[in-house]
Amino acid sequence: MDASGILQIVLFVGIVVAITPLLGGYMARVFSGERVALSRALGPLERALYRLCGVRPEQEQHWTAYALSVLTFSLAGVLLLYALLRAQSWLPFNPAGLGSMPPDLAFNTAVSFVTNTNWQAYAGESALSYFSQMAGLTVQNFVSAAAGIAVAVALIRGFARRSARTVGNFYVDLTRTTLYVLLPVCVVGALVLVWQGVPQTLGAYTEATTLEGDRQVIAHGPVASQMMIKHLGTNGGGFFGQNAAHPFENPTPLANLIHMVAIFAIGAGLTNSFGRMVGDVRQGWALLAVMGVLFLAGVAVACWAEAQGNPALAALGLDQPVNMEGKEVRFGIASTILFAVVTTAASCGAVNAMHDSLMPLAGMVPLVNMMLGEVIVGGVGAGLYGMLLFVVMAVFIAGLMVGRTPEYLGKKIEAREIKLAVLAILAPAFGILGLGALSIVLPAGAASATAAGPHGLSEILYAYTSAAANNGSAFAGFAANTPYQNGMLALAMLIGRFLIIVPVLAIAGSVAAKKAVPVSAGTFPTHGGLFVGLLVGVILIVGGLTFFPTLALGPIAEHLLLATGTLF
Amino acid sequence: MLKELRPALLLLAAMTVLTGLVYPLAVTGIAQAVFPAQANGSLIERDGHVVGSALIAQGFIRPEYVHPRPSAAGPNGYDAAASGASNLGPTAKALADTVTARVEAVKAENPDAKGPVPADLVTASASGLDPDLSPAAALYQAARVARARGVPEEAVRALIAEETRGRFWGMLGEPRVNVLRLNLALDERFPMK
Repeated sequence: MDASGILQIVLFVGIVVAITPLLGGYMARVFSGERVALSRALGPLERALYRLCGVRPEQEQHWTAYALSVLTFSLAGVLLLYALLRAQSWLPFNPAGLGSMPPDLAFNTAVSFVTNTNWQAYAGESALSYFSQMAGLTVQNFVSAAAGIAVAVALIRGFARRSARTVGNFYVDLTRTTLYVLLPVCVVGALVLVWQGVPQTLGAYTEATTLEGDRQVIAHGPVASQMMIKHLGTNGGGFFGQNAAHPFENPTPLANLIHMVAIFAIGAGLTNSFGRMVGDVRQGWALLAVMGVLFLAGVAVACWAEAQGNPALAALGLDQPVNMEGKEVRFGIASTILFAVVTTAASCGAVNAMHDSLMPLAGMVPLVNMMLGEVIVGGVGAGLYGMLLFVVMAVFIAGLMVGRTPEYLGKKIEAREIKLAVLAILAPAFGILGLGALSIVLPAGAASATAAGPHGLSEILYAYTSAAANNGSAFAGFAANTPYQNGMLALAMLIGRFLIIVPVLAIAGSVAAKKAVPVSAGTFPTHGGLFVGLLVGVILIVGGLTFFPTLALGPIAEHLLLATGTLF
Repeated sequence: MLKELRPALLLLAAMTVLTGLVYPLAVTGIAQAVFPAQANGSLIERDGHVVGSALIAQGFIRPEYVHPRPSAAGPNGYDAAASGASNLGPTAKALADTVTARVEAVKAENPDAKGPVPADLVTASASGLDPDLSPAAALYQAARVARARGVPEEAVRALIAEETRGRFWGMLGEPRVNVLRLNLALDERFPMK
């Protein structure tokens, strides 16, 4: 990695840290129901939406009602999206005349976008009409992101409140997040992307006659509007099959930087909103510090591994950088690796290069990021509540070491919270290892791995990790569009979304009801370096103990074989 | 139950209209008014015909043109309605074999080129539509293009240098040459007789 690559990483981290308190403070005001600058313009629309939908904004919900609302809204979203995809050929804005999706693929896609995963077993330019992209996918890009943020806000309220019965109103949180946070940023951001070269049109695909006289059909469409929310909401579902590697999605290095900042902006900002809402901003910075340590470690390992280059290609006497298969010239090694680590640290899943073709250990870093539960900034909302689950584990372990009842932010952490946190941490592990193992054993599942040797295992492992972690990126050699994989990966996505959200809301309700314990000399401070170190350790140990054996059989074995010159 | 369903269904419908129609259509309207060239796909016209997009690779095989990176988009490559990559992993024998064959082909096409073969010239891009080459990969083909057009190699190399764009702010991305723009410039500057 040369100086420009390092400068790029420093610039990116600097921008994210700089906007964290700004966006975090703004979002905290939005979540608390306060007036913000946009209230004058959007307030009437907000109130009209409540009236239309029968939402009484002053009426807060118990955690069970909040969870029921999340589930109902998500189920309705799956059904509507499924119906739109199945009926695509009869709906408008379909200049390419694309047919309807088959049932298994439509189900997989509907679950994928509602769970904020955006796993794509299809290629957008040849499978989806403009109407499906806009009224189907873009909508879920917004509301699945807003739903994740809402759940995180409910958990924050749980820690912030004392002896409270309710954790907020889901529909209010969803509406305010969409109107005041997601939409305004997306309108501005989408236009900046158009300026950089991302198309935004409803016209039919363009037919060109190339300089050598061939006919070339150029697919485009309303790309920019979907790009912006796809990254800001850590959704990651591309307009085109090749996602943010496609020059129309990601035309320039500056657009690439905007994408990466958008992916981290809300997740990082939420740590600050959290700190403000619990009345101690240092708590938020401590969580961001944990994320930062894990993120930079991942970037360092992946950069080092990718810079080694593929010895099998280097032997052919190629110029550096050797490993350009599956990469774009405008991004090279540095912008590719940074994007790969960002997109999997957050649960975005957009890709600007093909992860399947990364060096084994460079491809392992995205895998590990997802296996750790995507708590390194993480999905919008999901990253914060995932991190708070590990916080519960960390204070529990700290409590065991000194023999005191664990506390966090003045709330006693008791058996109920620990059990719920363990359930939520283990659920995706079951989705990854349980369903992944099934896919390896059953012929219908194993057939999807196209690579031989340990790389084939990595492909299956990556698919189930990506689905259960609600990421959506892929080792794209994996043949995803089969009835077996469409069904099982949808199941993994549902487990990874709702078997975390329900326990998280249960914890929110449980801690909200507790009284505050006054700070004493025996209280373990959770804003200092010691706690940051402990939390990093807990995340790595839980992740390592769960997943190291599979990593040893996949990417690590491949790395060692590559060094011996073994090819498959 | 109905009381619980009503806000879910109505809010979903309202959000579909707001974020699925109003938002993308409003952005489309503004984009078409303010940045029409980019919004329609950065199309390039010559003599009144669309010859391609500045952002999308197209196949070039004639010796007088600079050739783009290999493409896995569609069965014949460069299918701008079917982006695609090889997705071959580093230990795939198919990758080593394919690249070996490409290296031989590139060397045969460019007998006068010196130095190592630039890796981007013999590896398939992520999108299959990568519009750019590294400056080294373009310069590698300069001698062949110059001979086909009957001009000095130095003139072609100078044009490639002119068409090279550096890193953004000196640190983002990599230096690159847009193949379609370069070939259009070649046709203009050194037309075929």
